[in-house]
Amino acid sequence: MTTTSTPKSTGRATAFSERTNPVRGEVLLEVEGLQRHFPVTQGIVFQRQTGAVKAVDGIDFQLIAGETLGLVGESGCGKSTTGRLVTRLDEPTGGKITFQGADITHLNRRQMRPFRRDVQIIFQDPFSSLNPRQTVGTIIAAPFDIQGIKSEGGTRKAVQDLMARVGLNPEHYNRYPHEFSGGQRQRIGIARALALRPKLIVCDEPVSALDVSIQAQVVNLLDDLQDEFDLTYLFVAHDLSVVRHISDRVAVMYLGKIVEIAARDELYNHSRHPYTHALLSAVPEPDPDAVKRRERIRLTGDVPSPLNPPTGCRFRTRCWKAQDVCAEQEPPLVQIGAPGHLAACHFPEERDVV
Amino acid sequence: MSTTASTEPVQPSGARDASAFLEVRDLHVRFPTDDGLVRAVNGLSFSLQPGETLGIVGESGSGKSVTSLAIMGLHKGSRAQVEGEIWLDGDELVSMRVEEMRRLRGNKVSMIFQDPLSAMHPFYKIGDQLVEAYLVHNDVSKAVAKKRAVDMLDRVGIPSPASRYHDYPHQFSGGMRQRAMIAMALMCDPRLLIADEPTTALDVTVQAQILDLMNDLQKEFNSAIIIITHDLGVVAQMAQKLVVMYGGRVVEAGDVRDIFYRPEHPYAWGLLGSIPRITGGGDRLKSIKGSPPSLINLPTGCPFHPRCDFRDKVPGDACVTDVPELLQIGGTPHAARCHIPSPERQRLFTEQIKPAL
Repeated sequence: MTTTSTPKSTGRATAFSERTNPVRGEVLLEVEGLQRHFPVTQGIVFQRQTGAVKAVDGIDFQLIAGETLGLVGESGCGKSTTGRLVTRLDEPTGGKITFQGADITHLNRRQMRPFRRDVQIIFQDPFSSLNPRQTVGTIIAAPFDIQGIKSEGGTRKAVQDLMARVGLNPEHYNRYPHEFSGGQRQRIGIARALALRPKLIVCDEPVSALDVSIQAQVVNLLDDLQDEFDLTYLFVAHDLSVVRHISDRVAVMYLGKIVEIAARDELYNHSRHPYTHALLSAVPEPDPDAVKRRERIRLTGDVPSPLNPPTGCRFRTRCWKAQDVCAEQEPPLVQIGAPGHLAACHFPEERDVV
Repeated sequence: MSTTASTEPVQPSGARDASAFLEVRDLHVRFPTDDGLVRAVNGLSFSLQPGETLGIVGESGSGKSVTSLAIMGLHKGSRAQVEGEIWLDGDELVSMRVEEMRRLRGNKVSMIFQDPLSAMHPFYKIGDQLVEAYLVHNDVSKAVAKKRAVDMLDRVGIPSPASRYHDYPHQFSGGMRQRAMIAMALMCDPRLLIADEPTTALDVTVQAQILDLMNDLQKEFNSAIIIITHDLGVVAQMAQKLVVMYGGRVVEAGDVRDIFYRPEHPYAWGLLGSIPRITGGGDRLKSIKGSPPSLINLPTGCPFHPRCDFRDKVPGDACVTDVPELLQIGGTPHAARCHIPSPERQRLFTEQIKPAL
């Protein structure tokens, strides 16, 4: 399958015609002290804020052009919110997001529009992320219409090329989402994200709703597309096996903070943070004999409420190593071990749990 | 292991297995719909001993959940057509009347559903929902039932169970709701517990807690467990016996180690190849081409043939015309439903599939 014709920008998008292509290895996106607190209010007429859900509470990371950064953690740790902040579907309450040198933290809808060509998102649920009343053709063509982009050979041809590229039958142009299976719908979502040749795609749990055999197809497709179009992925997922498969670097989040970030093999084989150990050891391995061999770390209790996170280290309430210092001081995210391997723990320890 | 495939079909014929606690024989479940007849389960047979765990794996639409609902008798009163026999401890469930079935449900057989939020009633307190089943099946006072419920909540690891007894489902976290649901299922010491994707909605750390809990409780109560899941990691950890379903049929069955280390059906090979491993690298996954079949228009012959990479190993068009029988492999409980002869399948697995796993 050949690639689609390059969309030519005309009209409204001229201001953006000098799109610079990122060089592999350069910093594409930088996030500093990113924060998203959702206010909790009381009262009906006069609302006063009584607290805040600290979904994302000061995180820093960089995305290097061409890489895949996996973002893992349990539900409620703020990984999806981070994805939504990076794509600016939500506005941060603090911190800074820089995309290719431009500060996009507080851009409004109109100012944000040129960047939407470069930053796209694939959603988790292929059932609710597609408008049931639009045909597949309309759905995938929407980015072209919104950005006012005309393609060589017309939008219809561009859409059909995209459909073929992601493994859909181009003849199904006029079908509605309900006529497709879950895996096919996820392909529609991918085609839509890919339409404008973005530089960065945030994948928010793109395969967790799919069957294993279909999941493998979609993961392979994402791999191929990354090579073909020089994409950078922020891959948000809770499945550590899928993340290991697809990522170059992995960041582990817990209650709104990054607790450990490292290159893939470094993280899976030489992790230092007790939460990472617990998370990795809990993954059930599809190997009956290995299950008996492996040591498992049993975590007790649930994740504390992000409304009122524990003082000091947030993991201390479930951590078997916790001491007084953990309640008093928040451990900083500092380099431990190999370059680029950061962990936030007062008592880091290398442990191979996989 | 012997390499000669016996020609003995595993299909039930003649006497039933008297030692089995649960025996499903040639079960068919069909749903008439406007679009046609949905053949969800087509001739399913398996058996289970007390204290044993059977894993049923398959993709969505392979008939695994429909099977569990049939065992619970939850198709009764719907339009579903259920045929075949389900023997539970000497009783036949398919022909049983709803009133009789109701005496078994929650008592001898109980079920853990996938989504505890929708399986629990949002208007009633957790405790009241636990007590209800106990009062129906046991002639005891409310106070006794309440004590039992608090005990059970404690056993599944709910902190301060006596006060949590009065909470509503929405006041529990996802993991706690699933624990409460397990407590509810265990209220009457069921001999058979069916867990339909019990941990799919949970995080890995909570999943590990719940699976440990189910293992501990099984050891204590010696109940039989059927665990239905699409997660091969979960069955590897939980089950002793495994059934792989595809298109409403068993395509491979056997001991869990048979299926993980000596699988013989191309679909099982595909499943094992398509899962990314926590120990693995970034090698390309071996996905199965195409998508699962429609149960209204099941492919003729072997339902897996449109997605199978090994059709050329079978002479002629047998894959398209004949449904292969589920044949035992060398007199062991391991059985597969494939036209390729067993020695050839074993050769293909060791030479082509295993090195790539």
